[in-house]
Amino acid sequence: MTLLELEDLTASYGPVQVLDGVSLSVPDNGAVGILGANGAGKTTTLRAISGTVRTGGRIVFDGRDIRGLRPDQVAALGIAHVPEGRGTLGDLTVRDNLRVGAYLRRDRKGIAEDIDFCLELFPNLADRITSNASALSGGEQQMLAVARAIMSKPRLLLLDEASLGLAPSTAKNVYDAIRHLRLTLGIAMVVVEQNANLAFTLVDSATVLETGRSVLTGTSAELKGMDEIRRAYLGG
Amino acid sequence: MGTFVQLVVDGLSAGSVYAAIALAIVLVHSATGLINFAQGGMAVLSVYIAWWLTTRGVPLIVALLVSIVFSIAFGALVERYLMRRFERGDPDTAVVVTIGLLTLITGVAGWLWTYNNQQFPSLFSLDTVSFLGVSVSQRSLGTTAVIIVVMAALQGLFLGTKLGLALRAVANNPESAAFSGLPVGRLLMVGWGLAAALGAVAGALVAPQLTLTPGMLDNALVYALAAVILGGLTSPVGVVVAAWLIGVLENLAAVYVPFIGYDLKVAVPFILIFVVLLVRPQGLFGRKTVVRV
Repeated sequence: MTLLELEDLTASYGPVQVLDGVSLSVPDNGAVGILGANGAGKTTTLRAISGTVRTGGRIVFDGRDIRGLRPDQVAALGIAHVPEGRGTLGDLTVRDNLRVGAYLRRDRKGIAEDIDFCLELFPNLADRITSNASALSGGEQQMLAVARAIMSKPRLLLLDEASLGLAPSTAKNVYDAIRHLRLTLGIAMVVVEQNANLAFTLVDSATVLETGRSVLTGTSAELKGMDEIRRAYLGG
Repeated sequence: MGTFVQLVVDGLSAGSVYAAIALAIVLVHSATGLINFAQGGMAVLSVYIAWWLTTRGVPLIVALLVSIVFSIAFGALVERYLMRRFERGDPDTAVVVTIGLLTLITGVAGWLWTYNNQQFPSLFSLDTVSFLGVSVSQRSLGTTAVIIVVMAALQGLFLGTKLGLALRAVANNPESAAFSGLPVGRLLMVGWGLAAALGAVAGALVAPQLTLTPGMLDNALVYALAAVILGGLTSPVGVVVAAWLIGVLENLAAVYVPFIGYDLKVAVPFILIFVVLLVRPQGLFGRKTVVRV
């Protein structure tokens, strides 16, 4: 079953066309990567899905066209967006950030259990539970951003440059945790990542964007085998 | 000694009114990240509604309740149809819009009800209670008591309820809040509505003493802003304490510091701000905001 289907997505910021025909398909429990150079439209594609950018084309989630919905309506359908730059609530404590993540849920007991689950997954956060998010290190903030998204019990996670600005070992830890989430909770994912080596540890397939257009789609194994992908994204 | 205590008590009472306006400003700031200069003007408009109803024979308490309901709706509408256009843009623009709104409301109130002073009935009696050689009017006590209750309720709302959590989240980062499913627009309307109601309460408390004019709260707004800066934008309790401090110190300075007197006492809160901010830039009770690059 297909969970998310993007068909011929277009978008522009003023006169600048940033998306010019992006298509993508995410199966249930699947994880799909988006590769491409800076400015190719990766972030905009995620923002189109979560309703923060107006687009043309079709965005079908779980059989329903969600194009034109507000971000909070999209979130209510079970799509959690971890934006570029993490988007944590800096003036709120770690615990309050997690509670905000669970805003739409009514099951007090389940929320408490899931906070414990997140703190177990990211032990660093457990030590900082009463700190303001702005006082955390970059890696801790990224973990908090992911944990906040998980608190909404999403069916689809949109992950934007989770490794940005992190030390390689920290980035690897974050991706290990996300892979663990994928395996244990079965959450489907769309992953935007500059570091394609890291992305391929998580995704089953990927699409390559060039100037706002899908130019190539394949499984991780196929893409890793292609010379031009290796040269452009995998460092040789 | 008797004079000193009397001055302190009077200062607390005046400070309570600054505190109420300041709390409304903090509420809007907590929900939207903006300072609303029209907070006093919106409150005056509500007081006029209540006053107009009492002149039509409506009982005071009913008139006040109606004016509070009106102000909730008015605050929400101002957010939805005026401020919404500016909230995502430059915050400076939005602040200037609130100053424009203050001018507009003052003008409209003057046009509808003239600039003449109107007598506004008091909720509390002017009879005085005496203890320790100090006489305090029931009005002063009542005003202070209402403010303490409101402050506690606000603190409870922000720190102890899901609505408060949501309002703080929206103020901090509206986009991320929306990604977690928070209905940002509706929450902003709630924040503005609550703040306007708070302003209406403050206006009704102070109107009997100042008598009702379109510019009734202009001075109080200046003191309230001073209290907001002094107390720290993030702390309802801090803002109330700061407002009391300002009320008391300005009264004391007017009497005990000869060159200040009643003419210069308006400068006292600003001297206080200057000194405090040199030592504590986040205000007396505010939390330090750490920016990490």
